[in-house]
Amino acid sequence: MIGIEAVILTIITASTPLLLAAIGELVVERSGVLNLGVEGMMVMGAVCGFIATYYSGSLILGVVAAILAGVLMSLLFGLLTQTFVTNQMATGLALTILCLGLSGLVGEPFTGLPGAKLPALYIPYLTDIPYIGKIIFGQDALVYLSLILVFFVQYVLFRTRVGLIIRAVGDSHVSAHALGYNVVRVRYLCIMFGGACAGLAGGYLSLAYTPQWIENMTSGRGWIALALVVFATWMPRRILFGAYLFGTVWIMGLYVQGIGLGIPSQLLSALPYIVTIIALVIISRNKQLTKLNTPACLGQQFVPDR
Amino acid sequence: MKITLEKRAMASNFMTYASPIIAIGLTVVIGGIIFLLAGYNPLNALYYYFVDPVMSLWSIEEVVVKATPLVLIGAGLAICFSANIWNIGAEGQLTMGALAGAFIPVMFTDWQSPIGLVLMLLMGVGGGAAWAAIAAFLKNRFNVNEILTSLMLVYVAQYILDWFVRGPWRDPKGFNFPKSVDFEGWQLLPTYGDGRMHIGAIIAVIVVVILAIMMSRSMKGFEIKAIGNSRRAGAFAGFSYKSMTWFCFLLSGALAGLAGIIEVAGPAGHLQPTISPGYGFTAIIVAFLGRLNPIGVLMAGVLLAISYLGGDGAQMELGVSAKTAQVFQGMLLFLILACDTLIRYKIKFSVSQKSTEGALV
Amino acid sequence: MVSLKKIAAIFAVSMLSTTAMAADKLKVGFVYVGPVGDHGWSYQHDQGRQAVEAAHGDLVETFFVEKVAEGPDAERVIERMARKGAGVIFTTSFGYMDSTLKVAKKFPKIKFEHATGYKQSDNVASYSARFYEGRYIIGQIAAKESKSGVAGYIGSFPIPEVVRGINAFMLGAQSVNPDFKLKVVWVNSWFDPGKEADAAKVLIGQGVDVITQHTDSTAPLQIAEQNGAKGFGQASDMASFAPKAQMTAIVDDWAPYYVARVKAVLDGTWKSGNTWDGIKPGMVSMTDYVNMADDTKVMAKATEAAISSGAKHVFSGPIYNQAGELMVKEGATLDDGALAGMDWYVKGVEQ
Repeated sequence: MIGIEAVILTIITASTPLLLAAIGELVVERSGVLNLGVEGMMVMGAVCGFIATYYSGSLILGVVAAILAGVLMSLLFGLLTQTFVTNQMATGLALTILCLGLSGLVGEPFTGLPGAKLPALYIPYLTDIPYIGKIIFGQDALVYLSLILVFFVQYVLFRTRVGLIIRAVGDSHVSAHALGYNVVRVRYLCIMFGGACAGLAGGYLSLAYTPQWIENMTSGRGWIALALVVFATWMPRRILFGAYLFGTVWIMGLYVQGIGLGIPSQLLSALPYIVTIIALVIISRNKQLTKLNTPACLGQQFVPDR
Repeated sequence: MKITLEKRAMASNFMTYASPIIAIGLTVVIGGIIFLLAGYNPLNALYYYFVDPVMSLWSIEEVVVKATPLVLIGAGLAICFSANIWNIGAEGQLTMGALAGAFIPVMFTDWQSPIGLVLMLLMGVGGGAAWAAIAAFLKNRFNVNEILTSLMLVYVAQYILDWFVRGPWRDPKGFNFPKSVDFEGWQLLPTYGDGRMHIGAIIAVIVVVILAIMMSRSMKGFEIKAIGNSRRAGAFAGFSYKSMTWFCFLLSGALAGLAGIIEVAGPAGHLQPTISPGYGFTAIIVAFLGRLNPIGVLMAGVLLAISYLGGDGAQMELGVSAKTAQVFQGMLLFLILACDTLIRYKIKFSVSQKSTEGALV
Repeated sequence: MVSLKKIAAIFAVSMLSTTAMAADKLKVGFVYVGPVGDHGWSYQHDQGRQAVEAAHGDLVETFFVEKVAEGPDAERVIERMARKGAGVIFTTSFGYMDSTLKVAKKFPKIKFEHATGYKQSDNVASYSARFYEGRYIIGQIAAKESKSGVAGYIGSFPIPEVVRGINAFMLGAQSVNPDFKLKVVWVNSWFDPGKEADAAKVLIGQGVDVITQHTDSTAPLQIAEQNGAKGFGQASDMASFAPKAQMTAIVDDWAPYYVARVKAVLDGTWKSGNTWDGIKPGMVSMTDYVNMADDTKVMAKATEAAISSGAKHVFSGPIYNQAGELMVKEGATLDDGALAGMDWYVKGVEQ
């Protein structure tokens, strides 16, 4: 029984950074912008979060620094894609290249130094409940934050005026512009929100997941986050499901090996990706569902002509 | 201050040529400042990045070797992206091309014939195209976003290759290390001179020329651009988006697969768990740097290859870390992308007056 | 005119002196597969490079290129080093083997040193460390200290070196507790801290209380620390990451070998060969034995001494494979050839 509890706890930590990064990118894409630089913003968040905590000793400052780093990098993306209307795919890829290099450079003196770890919540009695106590009441703050964010984004996107504007801008920037909304400004703000979430996801890696800085420590998680957004057909609650599904398949691959069934480890490692593709097929088959939710202007450039 | 863009009536001819020069000029200046801050002599550093790689014959040959896969893949992707179809998984198609092509030398170790080599290349093409076809099929049949399937399939392809190289295709005399048998004779691409420059470079140039002609002179080129500009307008003109998806994926997948088998039968000489240091991804940048134009891709591929070699040189000669090279590359891309804006737009700087529209948000 | 001549003379002299200096210095190149900041494999090789600079001072000039992909890129970097006039080049990953040999053929006067390979030539020597000797010791410690009788082993890729390590660990453990169990999880990466951490957590969840890893990051050890399990450092001393969990670390110490080989080149006595050193010459060393019972410490030290003196060979029979077949007869030991290509697991390994 202890085993299952441990596995669930592992799945939660494995899924949280994916969830954080994906929910941010979801908002960005809802506004009609495709930022492929998630991996880059994450890795900058990881290194800056670690450095800030290392010098200040404060984990809160570390988390703030991670968010700021993500925002700063996303602004660079915003400047190019929104102000200079460059191609979003190319710019996002360039951002990832730049950030992977920059983080390595900035972080060089900090490799191999142990860092502080975000503490887990502890509520007397509640956390001590057998089996479920640690799972429900024993996580670190960012796990709860990631869950709150999902519902917050869901609420804002579909129940508020701000959400309406974001979706309008993503679905038809021309009409939104004609209605008098500042498309570029809305997109800038969404891009910054995405950057903040990606930075936070990176901070989660270097402050909670494996508290240390190592070059390239995101190991492709930013790309998975991007896939999750489409997987979720741009619906926040489905991201929650997707992130945890991916995390579960990922961890079960390791779990099955530990039991020793003799399945090739390459197959188990590839399984999360195969499962994602299959899930994408199942979800995308329903054309109306995807069409309804796909931001129509995703990845398109917009220049207000006035 | 406020920056506004004003669309030019037509792309500026002057800027088409001036923008890359401005971008390179800016890169040199900003790069110089970065090196200065990092404590290096900026002129020295820039020399090693951009000039030194083309100062010796050997080095030029190496630039060609490095540029070959980038150009091959980049040219295919340029066509895809022109049609607004997003194949991001060239890395996986390259891997499957290499795997399929290697079938011949691994299975028929002793077969020495030019036919074998041609067959290898064809199987590489087929392997890449087949892998790309999965994404195209899922897109057309189930409406699955091709960016993600092609990307996810990269990981799957790499694990498949890994399994083959560590399992059934492992060199029996290789002490159980993960590599296939070494290819020999007609299992390798002919080289010229005593360097590593091989026939793949010529293939790449031929591919570029064919694609350039197709894009500028043929109906297919028109169709690609029409669909790329507006899917709906393309449909009115009677062009099918579905068959365009098939065409673009098969073409770019085939070229990526060709690049894969060329790497394996060229400079690598055997299969190993990783055969590409990310060529499939770098080629995306090459495609954009080349403005989605095959000839432009050729030049962009060479430029990127130079910067890779320059990165090696700067590390060796000056001790500039590999990360600096990466930062430098990222910056170059940003600047080139930003300067491209000048081709299509005029930039106006103005002191912003509170606009009524802005107040609403 | 005089002043001009003077200037020219000064210039000429200074040119001469710089070229003379450059000619005097032996250039030593290093090719790394990872970033020097990985705090694992490439990091340890770079420590060796720095030791060469420290030991030979003005006689040598070292340089390196990091993150060099195995394959075509490696060949280019190695050749570039050769063309730059390097006197000796260390290529520090298995995948550089063929590239090193190809370049070496073109530059017969330059010496090449390739790590962990099996091919040599007149000017290519190969070297590796018998890490498995350390693995035997930590296997013994694990069996003695584990309460559950099950250890977890996080593997990167099933290449002979890793397989050898798993077997050595298991043999060590079985020498203490014949019923000891070992769970192996492959992460298919040398370096993915997150995935290594996940694997460690999963193993702990499956009842493992001692963890060891053949991957490059400190993550598994950190997880052990957080969960009250025990573990071992890999490649370098990782005590600062897990002061309570690290019982000892197997350290790759390339410095003595690098210093000696560069000296041989300087002296003109360099010869090709195949060096496979273990604990005795110090290529593999164990950090302090801590966080364990006193009698475990005594046992570990005794085993280390026995291996060092040659009294104990790790792979001495009888050894059975997973299927129960006798692989090494009583009284026999596995030779280096069989060790180099090891692809079977000893009895009791769950994988």
